[in-house]
Amino acid sequence: MMTPRSRRRLWSAVMTGLVAVLCLLAVLPLLLIFGDLVHKGATSIDWDFFVKSPVPAGETGGGVANAIVGTGIVVGLACLIGLPVGIGAGIYLAEYGSGRLGWTVRFVADVLNGTPSIVIGIFAWTWIVKPLGHFSALAGGAALAVLLVPMLARTTEEMVRLVPHSLREAALALGYSRWRTSLGVIVRTALGGIVTGSLVGIARVAGETAPLLFTALGNLNFSTSVTQPMQTLSLQIYVYATGPFDEWHRMAWAAALVLMGLVLILAIAARRATRERYASR
Amino acid sequence: MAPRAPSSRPRRRYGDRVYRVALTALACLLPLVLLAVVGELSVSAWPALQRFGPAFLWSSTWDPVAEVYGAAPMIFGTLASSLIALVLAVPLALGVAIFLTEFAPAWMRQPVAFLVELLAAVPSVVYGLWGIFVLIPVLRTFVVPPLKAVLGWTPLFSGVFYGNSLLAGGIILAIMIVPYIAAVSREVLLAVPASQREAALGLGATRWEAVWTAVLPYGRAGVMGGIMLGLGRALGETMAVTMVIGNRHDIGLSVLQPAYTMAAAIANEFSEATTDTYLSALFAVGLVLFVITVMVNALARLLVWRVARGAAVGSKAI
Repeated sequence: MMTPRSRRRLWSAVMTGLVAVLCLLAVLPLLLIFGDLVHKGATSIDWDFFVKSPVPAGETGGGVANAIVGTGIVVGLACLIGLPVGIGAGIYLAEYGSGRLGWTVRFVADVLNGTPSIVIGIFAWTWIVKPLGHFSALAGGAALAVLLVPMLARTTEEMVRLVPHSLREAALALGYSRWRTSLGVIVRTALGGIVTGSLVGIARVAGETAPLLFTALGNLNFSTSVTQPMQTLSLQIYVYATGPFDEWHRMAWAAALVLMGLVLILAIAARRATRERYASR
Repeated sequence: MAPRAPSSRPRRRYGDRVYRVALTALACLLPLVLLAVVGELSVSAWPALQRFGPAFLWSSTWDPVAEVYGAAPMIFGTLASSLIALVLAVPLALGVAIFLTEFAPAWMRQPVAFLVELLAAVPSVVYGLWGIFVLIPVLRTFVVPPLKAVLGWTPLFSGVFYGNSLLAGGIILAIMIVPYIAAVSREVLLAVPASQREAALGLGATRWEAVWTAVLPYGRAGVMGGIMLGLGRALGETMAVTMVIGNRHDIGLSVLQPAYTMAAAIANEFSEATTDTYLSALFAVGLVLFVITVMVNALARLLVWRVARGAAVGSKAI
């Protein structure tokens, strides 16, 4: 026999246990994926993997040097286009964004943030690949930049808004002009947060595949020309994983491990940047 | 120019104006890009939409040879896989949010929250790879046989399981959207005033009853918003789904059968689209996908906003 009170206590304990188990179940896939990546990928990674380009299908050996360099170039292009626009728009939203235009830009950034990346891919194809007549790393970088900008705009805005009002007043009272106050004091104070936001955004687009399918396209050879098709790690993984050869599958796991490592480094760097920012306060 | 003004003032004003104009120009690029995306999708989709009319949405023939296109199987597959994902992801994500805000010891909260966030950092194509080589074999050996033994008589679990299927796509999507739903729900639950909990506990509620009767109802709209945000992600997700869902133009009730999604169709067929009508039909699919995700996201923002507004009192961040 249980009293109502002890039954309620038991129910509470059971439900507490249940949410704990659910939480564990949610984290489990991450641990499994990391485990499998290391287990299946690590053995295929050697020096050649980083310095050689892929060999023809059926042969063993070779590496993904072209994809590693290509990822760097395409993501670099995305940063070149996306960072100034995204951060500038974010500063605008924080400093002048109280009017109707600010509201519109904020709303648009949210809409773009939720837009499927494949849609951005076909958009970049019609605007860049089709007029130029060929696939190119530049088109891939532009597509990734479109994904990067709205993310950066919103995080930059948030970070700039966190800067205490007293700093602005102090700078203006000292005779600084508005723009110098904004850039030299406000934005500079928020810089740690902006760097964090940028790193998170870059980590996100570095793993993107869908927008690159019809823009950067992929390239079996080593290429550094931004007007030519270019391989990235994500595209390489897609091709290798869906291909028929065991050797390709092995390479896919290794490339995935490298890509995951790259993304993790960026994510952890972002976390460190934030921690230092808070510690310095 | 007023003669008594300090010499530097006009230049300063000029600098301020340049700064503002430059920032405004950068900010204006966002609406312009969105307009360009919408315009381009509409223009490119127009020939197909004009030719097939609204029937494009519910016709299930997709025949590039006969040049007849209907998007129903993909719309169905997109909605079905996202629905499976929600059914699986919502309990997990809510479990994370409730456990981390209400029950977990303090030292555990940040690290576990970080781990869940990392799920969002795993590239889509890596999920796809893992789905092909780990998840599907596991499903084939350990999950589907008992599932068929018990529920095989229902149409939901009928047919032969080849691996690539609606079920595999739904499970991968579920794993991918858990971090989004969990992050929003966690923030919403953290914003519930402590007085809500204290009042319930003070009335003699157990800890679970306090959560269930006082905390969750308070944050309901925000949690719904988080779920909608997750749904938006699931609808537009491309690579991982393309790699495991089987890519077949068919509408079937069984989750063990292959299916197709709108995003997957674009990813697979865009470079094969040899005729103008074919290409236009794929743009039309993109337009439909875009419109659906925008609507779902707008609804999500609205719901989250409602809660965040309430919580914003006294918070400098919003």
